[in-house]
Amino acid sequence: MDFSFTDEQQMLQDSIQRYLESSYTLEHRAGILAGNAGWSQSTWNELAELGLLALDIDEADGGIGAGPVGTMLASQTIGAGLLVEPFHSSAVVATRVVSSLARGTQREQLLGALASGEAIAVLAHDEDADWFAPRTSTAARAGDGWRLQGRKVCVSHAPMAHWLLVSARVGDGVGVFVVDRDAAGVALREYRTVDGMRAAEIDFDVMLAADTRLGDADARQALDEALDRGIAALCADALGVLDRILAATVQYTRDRVQFGTAIGRLQALQHRMADMYMQVEQARSMTYLATSACLQSDARARRDAVCGAKVVVGQAARKVGQEAVQLHGGMGMTDELDVSHCFKRLLAFELRMGCTDEHLAHYRGLVQSRAA
Amino acid sequence: MDLNFSADEIAFRDEVRAFVATHLPADIRDRVQRGDERHVADDLRRWQRILFEHGWGAAMWPAEFGGTGWDKTRQYLFDIECFAADAPIQLPFGLKMVAPVIMRYGSDAQKARFLPRILDGTDWWCQGYSEPGSGSDLASLKTRAERDGDHYVVNGQKAWNTLGQHADWIFCLVRTDAAAKPQRGISFLLIDMKTPGIRVQPTRLLDGRHEVNEIFFDDVRVPVENLVGEENAGWTYAKFLLGHERTNIAGIGASRRELARLKRMAGHARRHGAPLLDDSIFATRIAQVELELKALEVTNLRVIFAEARQQAPGPEASMLKIRGTEILQRISELQIEALGPRALQFDGDGEDVPRAVGQYMNLRKLSIYGGSNEIQRNIIAQMVLQL
Repeated sequence: MDFSFTDEQQMLQDSIQRYLESSYTLEHRAGILAGNAGWSQSTWNELAELGLLALDIDEADGGIGAGPVGTMLASQTIGAGLLVEPFHSSAVVATRVVSSLARGTQREQLLGALASGEAIAVLAHDEDADWFAPRTSTAARAGDGWRLQGRKVCVSHAPMAHWLLVSARVGDGVGVFVVDRDAAGVALREYRTVDGMRAAEIDFDVMLAADTRLGDADARQALDEALDRGIAALCADALGVLDRILAATVQYTRDRVQFGTAIGRLQALQHRMADMYMQVEQARSMTYLATSACLQSDARARRDAVCGAKVVVGQAARKVGQEAVQLHGGMGMTDELDVSHCFKRLLAFELRMGCTDEHLAHYRGLVQSRAA
Repeated sequence: MDLNFSADEIAFRDEVRAFVATHLPADIRDRVQRGDERHVADDLRRWQRILFEHGWGAAMWPAEFGGTGWDKTRQYLFDIECFAADAPIQLPFGLKMVAPVIMRYGSDAQKARFLPRILDGTDWWCQGYSEPGSGSDLASLKTRAERDGDHYVVNGQKAWNTLGQHADWIFCLVRTDAAAKPQRGISFLLIDMKTPGIRVQPTRLLDGRHEVNEIFFDDVRVPVENLVGEENAGWTYAKFLLGHERTNIAGIGASRRELARLKRMAGHARRHGAPLLDDSIFATRIAQVELELKALEVTNLRVIFAEARQQAPGPEASMLKIRGTEILQRISELQIEALGPRALQFDGDGEDVPRAVGQYMNLRKLSIYGGSNEIQRNIIAQMVLQL
């Protein structure tokens, strides 16, 4: 049992934090949000220089090989920095999918472009069904290649992606296909998400070359693993936001004077912040547990821990976010302070990659099957 | 980061599991399972004796005093295994409360006289801290001890004394200087319960049990040699004691055992013609509390890890206390709900019935004693959040 991090891991976290604190201010971020693109190429280049885009690529593939723990620490810092660039979508989830499935020159080319920041890829997986349901998009043989058809929803960062990694049924299994975002037969309906990011709903009816499929094996296990690791990283992102919003709330109540006293001296408020603190610490514990499970080979245990973390972190996100706005009073309702941006990112966390109740239902099934 | 126990720790856990499985007497185990406390004093002493003879009488003591010298992780694993096997608890008053104070602040004579008898279960200790007017505000206590030759003469009243009806000794906070500031005039006295002038009066609790007492002191003469440390320095020792009370304060072992019991109960109980466990509402409630317990287990291990590296022990224990007690209370509530109207039965021997309902009422104490959960929230706000 060891809850410490290596010097290397801590240095990584420190370097990201220093970069974000000095360069990614709320003002800078507001400029990105207001722009048409919704992201900053120069920020992306800086992340590449820091090694973040190669973080979860194995050393054998020219990456850093930081694995789930390094990804967790980076995600936590990126969440606290409220970064809107596609770190999670591209460098965590899509990169993992490519790492698991692609072979040969395809692997080399894709990972190289992703690690250097030349290209952004996102996994187009979600459909209009619950998180655990099988997807209905299909890919069928057509001539030498494939015809891919279906609709994907909530594809985060699709508008700025070069490649969409689209999951689709292939016969009895599942395949993942690399589709150019601008290809004919790909129709994006782009929108802004509540937390300042960009996403799209995408209709596909597209003809693809034979070599666009990632690998040739059934992709279900690889997808499950990439999604679980993606959820664990998303929990870490939310944990970073939770730390920031709690610290901001505590500081605000220290500074805010009413009736001649700092409102943080009032017991009614202190107890609510003590509860917020406990929620954040339970979220931290479950994020560690999920990350730790991602290091193990047992896929069922990994899924269980990840679902558990999504529930506990999701409930903390709801509760702590709401309380933070409440304790900020009227100021919590404005878009001026970081509390409102944290609140929105926490809300988005709850809704991405399966909402709290869906994951709780998974855990309920576990309770029922184990006790039986 | 690695959340797995080491091979050594797993081997240790298995050793404890095997020992408890073979050495815990079946009659004691059965009574613990049924919540039958009619022989509680005898059961606890016998179990303490068995552990002592195996060298495991004091999991939390250093080896020099006859303890196991185990680290916090092993203490944690030992606690969980004992609960899982339905072993009786080891009462904290001697082992976890007064003993660490004697080890740290007591005289050599006190160490030699008292510690071995705590370890082998000969002496049963109880606590004389709270008073009717002094609960959370303990330093306002009024029981006074006045020096008379080589004795102190004690007069006053203690409240919420647990199981003192069986006790051989009581450790008491008493006021020895009425003029000083409240914290400065308190001393720590060890008092033989057979001393003339002590009267133990049961306080009947809402579950019908006799678990706590009021204790009256009427000109009770205590030899000066039974003063621990220095006169008027007792508040320091009292706070030291409360720090030690916090070992395994999260109560993971108890919650795990009761959660397993809850699942069994929900598997047997029927609702709408099917096992209650098939009911998605009820099963979701179990899943929720199981997740909260899982999060607390990891949190507890984080605190143990930090303490082993001497990183700020202390205020984190308040979180373990609050969450641990809330979770055990929640599990207990769900046990009542699993029983439904059968929980109305308040006597008799129906499996799980009197136990669950009595326990539900009894466990309301968890969020009140040992520093109420409101006091613990004050500690978090002030010590952790620096408000």
